[in-house]
Amino acid sequence: MKALQQHKGIVAPLDRSNVDTDMIIPKQFLKSIKRSGFGPNLFDELRYLDEGKPDQDSSQRPVNPDFMLNQERYRNASVLLARRNFGCGSSREHAPWALEDFGFRVIVAPSFADIFYNNCFKNGVLPVVLDEKIVDQLFAEAEANEGYELAIDLEANTVTTPSGESFTFAVDDFRRECLLKGLDDIGVTLEDAGVIKSFEDKRRVTAPWLFDAGA
Amino acid sequence: MAGKTLYDKLWDDHLVKQRDDGSALIYIDRHLLHEVTSPQAFEGLRLAGRKPWRLDANLATPDHNVPTTDRERGIEGISDPVSRIQVQTLDNNCDEFGILEFKIKDQRQGIVHVIGPEQGATLPGMTIVCGDSHTSTHGAFGTLAHGIGTSEVEHVLATQCLVQQKMKNMLVQVNGKLSPGITGKDIVLAVIGRIGTAGGNGHAIEFGGEAIRDLSMEARMTICNMSIEAGARVGMVAVDDTTIEYVNGRPFAPKGEQWDQAVEYWRSLHSDPDAVFDKVVEFEAEDIKPQVTWGTSPEMVTGVTGMVPDPSQEPDPIKREGIERALKYMGLAPNTPISQIKLDRIFIGSCTNSRIEDLRLAAAMVKGKTVSPTLKQAMVVPGSGLVKIQAEQEGLDKIFLEAGLEWRDPGCSMCLAMNADKLGQGEHCASTSNRNFEGRQGFGGRTHLVSPAMAAAAAIAGHFTDISEMNH
Repeated sequence: MKALQQHKGIVAPLDRSNVDTDMIIPKQFLKSIKRSGFGPNLFDELRYLDEGKPDQDSSQRPVNPDFMLNQERYRNASVLLARRNFGCGSSREHAPWALEDFGFRVIVAPSFADIFYNNCFKNGVLPVVLDEKIVDQLFAEAEANEGYELAIDLEANTVTTPSGESFTFAVDDFRRECLLKGLDDIGVTLEDAGVIKSFEDKRRVTAPWLFDAGA
Repeated sequence: MAGKTLYDKLWDDHLVKQRDDGSALIYIDRHLLHEVTSPQAFEGLRLAGRKPWRLDANLATPDHNVPTTDRERGIEGISDPVSRIQVQTLDNNCDEFGILEFKIKDQRQGIVHVIGPEQGATLPGMTIVCGDSHTSTHGAFGTLAHGIGTSEVEHVLATQCLVQQKMKNMLVQVNGKLSPGITGKDIVLAVIGRIGTAGGNGHAIEFGGEAIRDLSMEARMTICNMSIEAGARVGMVAVDDTTIEYVNGRPFAPKGEQWDQAVEYWRSLHSDPDAVFDKVVEFEAEDIKPQVTWGTSPEMVTGVTGMVPDPSQEPDPIKREGIERALKYMGLAPNTPISQIKLDRIFIGSCTNSRIEDLRLAAAMVKGKTVSPTLKQAMVVPGSGLVKIQAEQEGLDKIFLEAGLEWRDPGCSMCLAMNADKLGQGEHCASTSNRNFEGRQGFGGRTHLVSPAMAAAAAIAGHFTDISEMNH
């Protein structure tokens, strides 16, 4: 996994609440057995005017000129500014894969859906929760100023605007540590293989029906 | 010290290690797999040279991509080559790693959240995960069950554990008795309508109260299934006689002495009377009417006798914009009566509502009647091969076919339209599934979430009708 300590990038404001993971990456693209290549289909139904199909050359498709990511000023954005409950619905990890593949490393929103929030950390994408009033302010600033950038510092837990205004955010220690160091969390868990094994051995005694059951 | 909630008990019983940083290792008893969210996890295992920790904890089946016709041809019957590769990949991975899979031609194949309980692979007191958000379904059995992403699928395969932070406790209490014709689906839609699609974020919801206790396991599964639509990864119901009777005799359920030992433990799986919840929401069952969604989020819901809302009456600007956007997508004018929405298709199926009781309720509604000629299609998709067989033994298939509904083979089907079953652009569908998101059931499709009885009644009338006003 890609580590993330500091990141500075252009902000793309997606001004709608309850953006679900079906919207982030529609189901037809979930047929892939790979975990890369989803970027061209990020927000497919918002971004293009036609119905997207897997294995299609998206550069030839009619784009929706009203959609934010199709505007030149947001084309190289790497910080997504979003509204309440971003990433709700399906647990598909293809959603953070698509965001990351497009180039987003940080998503700022007043709240996230639980599964999506967790999935982001597994893929080098940092979801940042800020108070709704601050998010409102960032929307206004990002929309008013072309090239508007935010600087995110995961070591200091801060988001800083171009004018130098700084906001702190909370992240739990384990997720933060994994992202700062780009850790393989399976490897971390397997350091406790002995503890898992002894828990399991006890369980075989106390709840034997959970083992080797079968039709 | 206050007593424990059901969630607290399940958490404590599966806590392998509490780490200093606040995270915890939680042991996973059952891992369900399907073709869409597992290929990258198996590939990850291969790349790292890792093996599954415990094979017998895993059970797999293809469900999202499978066609609902032409099934005797097996994988060859999948017309979309990309879907076919994905189903083939699941078969190959399960064969290579030695994981039990109900393959496409196995009569036990079905939607993963239908087959777990059906097989007794879902047992009270378990932790159950799957790369699918509707894993919350299994909480109906007093389990700690939730959806996970593909990285965590790999993590569970490799370690039999997940790294978790403990959630908060929320109680949704439904008091009193339901009116005739009101089902688990109406309860859960009413709950989502009240607390909102983010109302359960960060919480494990326990559903309790007399109305929940009176429900069948099928109805409890419907409710827990959609707790994720209220933002809660976990939805649960305490174990009682209904739970234990449902589990008894199923293929993976314990037998003999182990059965007695298990039941004794399962009887403890309820919240203590003095347990404290972080959040409590109460409903009166008699207030719940048949529910219909009108928008593009499950919280955009009202009673069947209600109307599409008028965004100009909404004070919150973010919500107002959401309503305006939803009405534009749905092609609906403010204040349209729900009963006047024109329908094109009916879908009865999905992990929410494709079990035998759902099909019985739908069949009772269409028996001896004919599907409205104004509809393009009405289809019934059973949740598993065994549900299909049972329905046919009860003659439900004939009732559906004689009424003019299609009787299909099991799978996720039009709930998310990864197979050939989908809505056309602009079409309105009365659907027993769980999500009415834009494009969910097909590009430009318009979904209205309802109970199986409501969908079946709509199939006959061609529009939504108040089934609570019909004779029962």
